[in-house]
Amino acid sequence: MYINGAGCLSPQPTFGHPGFPEEAASVESNRLKAIEPNYKEFVPPEMVRRMGRIIKMGVAAAKSTLNEAGCTVPDAIITGTGLGCIEDTEKFLGTMIRNREEFLTPTAFIQSTHNTVSAQIALLTGCHGYNFTYVHRGFSFENAILDSLLQFQHERGSSILLGAADELTTNSFHIQERMGFWRRKPGDSLTMVDHPGKGTVAGEGAAFFLLGTEKKPTTYARLTDVETCFSPDALPEEQINVRDILDRNGLALSDIDLVLLGRNGDVRFDRIYDRMMASAFPSTPSGYFKHLCGEYMTASSFGLWVAANILKEQRIPKILHVNNPPDPVKHILVYNHYRGINHSLILLSQA
Amino acid sequence: MPKRIYITGIGIISSIGNNANEVLSSLKAGKSGIGEITLFPTIHKGALPVAEVKLSYAELLSLAGQTYGDKFTRTTLLGLIAAREALESAGIEDVNDRPTGFISATTVGGMDRSEVFYGEFLENTGKGRLRDVINHDCGESTEHIASELGIRKFVATISTACSSSANAMMFAADLIRSGKLDRVVVGGTDSITRFTLNGFNTLMILDKTGCHPFDEHRAGLTLGEGAAYLVLESEEHVMPEGITPLAELRGYGNANDAYHQTASSPDGTGAYLAMNQALKMSRMEPADIDYINAHGTGTENNDLSEGRALERIFDPMPLFSSTKAYTGHTLGAAGGLEAVISVLSIRNGLVFPNLRWSTPMKELKIKPVTTLMTGQPIRNVLSNSFGFGGNNSTVIISEPTKPL
Repeated sequence: MYINGAGCLSPQPTFGHPGFPEEAASVESNRLKAIEPNYKEFVPPEMVRRMGRIIKMGVAAAKSTLNEAGCTVPDAIITGTGLGCIEDTEKFLGTMIRNREEFLTPTAFIQSTHNTVSAQIALLTGCHGYNFTYVHRGFSFENAILDSLLQFQHERGSSILLGAADELTTNSFHIQERMGFWRRKPGDSLTMVDHPGKGTVAGEGAAFFLLGTEKKPTTYARLTDVETCFSPDALPEEQINVRDILDRNGLALSDIDLVLLGRNGDVRFDRIYDRMMASAFPSTPSGYFKHLCGEYMTASSFGLWVAANILKEQRIPKILHVNNPPDPVKHILVYNHYRGINHSLILLSQA
Repeated sequence: MPKRIYITGIGIISSIGNNANEVLSSLKAGKSGIGEITLFPTIHKGALPVAEVKLSYAELLSLAGQTYGDKFTRTTLLGLIAAREALESAGIEDVNDRPTGFISATTVGGMDRSEVFYGEFLENTGKGRLRDVINHDCGESTEHIASELGIRKFVATISTACSSSANAMMFAADLIRSGKLDRVVVGGTDSITRFTLNGFNTLMILDKTGCHPFDEHRAGLTLGEGAAYLVLESEEHVMPEGITPLAELRGYGNANDAYHQTASSPDGTGAYLAMNQALKMSRMEPADIDYINAHGTGTENNDLSEGRALERIFDPMPLFSSTKAYTGHTLGAAGGLEAVISVLSIRNGLVFPNLRWSTPMKELKIKPVTTLMTGQPIRNVLSNSFGFGGNNSTVIISEPTKPL
């Protein structure tokens, strides 16, 4: 399927202009915040104040994607989110506890529902089509991709708005900090992978893609396939099978020009990438992206956005740290895992 | 002709029974699970009834075959009990003898424990037991259950409010049809939490006397809890292996009302589209439907909107009822519970009554079934599940047909 439009709101200046930014933003913190646009361009002004942040991020990314592709109403909307509308969930939960279940108002509760982002996009675009939200940790976005590909396979439409959004709140940051997810001594986020340690940097963002059956002047790339591998015990020796997805698509290991990895600088987890590269792609160029977007359950959507831009522009930004950049780039494999449990492969090809 | 999808196993736990047999007995006896809240302290005790599974954490743990620990949420334990029953009912001993997936739906995941955590955390961010919040996200219950069942091949979690389980069934069926999986254990689980009770209360859509769907004097829904799973299998191995299916998933559809975040459109656009899609995929006419298990929450808005959509499609109206006056509205699990109830209807030739109904809605002509109907030839059941965000889903479950 062709990616005919894309929009990405991230801690980098990725939003509001085509292509990958020349300069990456470096932050001396273990918490990366998305750079947010003026939402009034995308959301009716009377809704901007009430709408939760993740909803605004999702709606803005979705609408700019549709605009770029010249699509007003897609046939379907399929999204993924790891923690959903956590800000509104915390807001309602906190008020309920502090007020001892009295004097509550419904707005935060209504917006806390996990499918609010896709529902609001449907509402704002008048889309009566298929509307699904996947909420499975590091598979949330991958399951949304898989469902999108199945919808096309079953010929249920010619355009699908695919996307992912996750927001980081102060509370969820603190809770995950106590769980040991983040670096204790934050340094420059851009070099965190070069200085491996325990923990990583937290992130957030929203990335959307308009998938279509036909190639257009706006086309970025072909989104070919996705594979997930569930490894509940997070065994360090366990490895994702890369051959199945390539075999299915008639590709050999040597056809992959670039592997984009979800490295996050956490020594406990980055060795999984090293092992996979050593066994399957010993001489294939690779780069990484999570030092740009931070770690979150749907970070692979940022990885897909990066890969789609590389295939479109045939240019590999230096900031991705690709050794021996290939030219041309025909096939990219994005390999990401969330805490060693949810492993995924996304295969893209030049359109 | 797309591949047939057979239902070969069912499992359920709800306020009206801890397994399919108990649920069937309660359905036949007209026994509702609605009563006073006992699960947690709340100012709404005595004022807002709910449909609880009357089992403590320790009792759920033992029913789920677990011997120790407090690592599970109530949502996980309910799900594990129902999913195990579904596998047993399908006679599956080795879940990995064929490519098998586990797809689960939930709306609040581990909120039952997060509520406990947040009470302490809000006082002091260094406080609160992490083990009470680590299971908060929706995927956690799915992963726990899949791990306990030994399913590794594929896992997914769907959360589209009250249509979540029906949507999980669609994704499962699509995966089987595409050949990615041979078999999927699919359904949903949700426990009652203080969060959802208070949330729905702020919307002023909780009936203080217990819900009475499709009644002129209905005053809202009643929250329930539970879990239900079905085993879906591809026709390619069900018949050759001599497995006797319980039913067949013939069609399904999902559409968006695109009208309002929480309210349904007056003419039931989304519901109408979802039902029509499901009929089309099933290659059925409205007259082929023998029984409709309606979404029928008991809110003023849902029942009118759904009723209007039903009247637009069905004339004459087949037998229909909402079983939520039995089970309460189990949110993310509702589509699973009602799919299991639909299978029980087909297998036993029964139509279960819409309890607590007395007065027809003045805007509509339709009247639900109000007494148990036995000896009915029920071949095709249409089951609706509608959720916040205008998410409307329909599944059609039928007597198993033989492959050509």
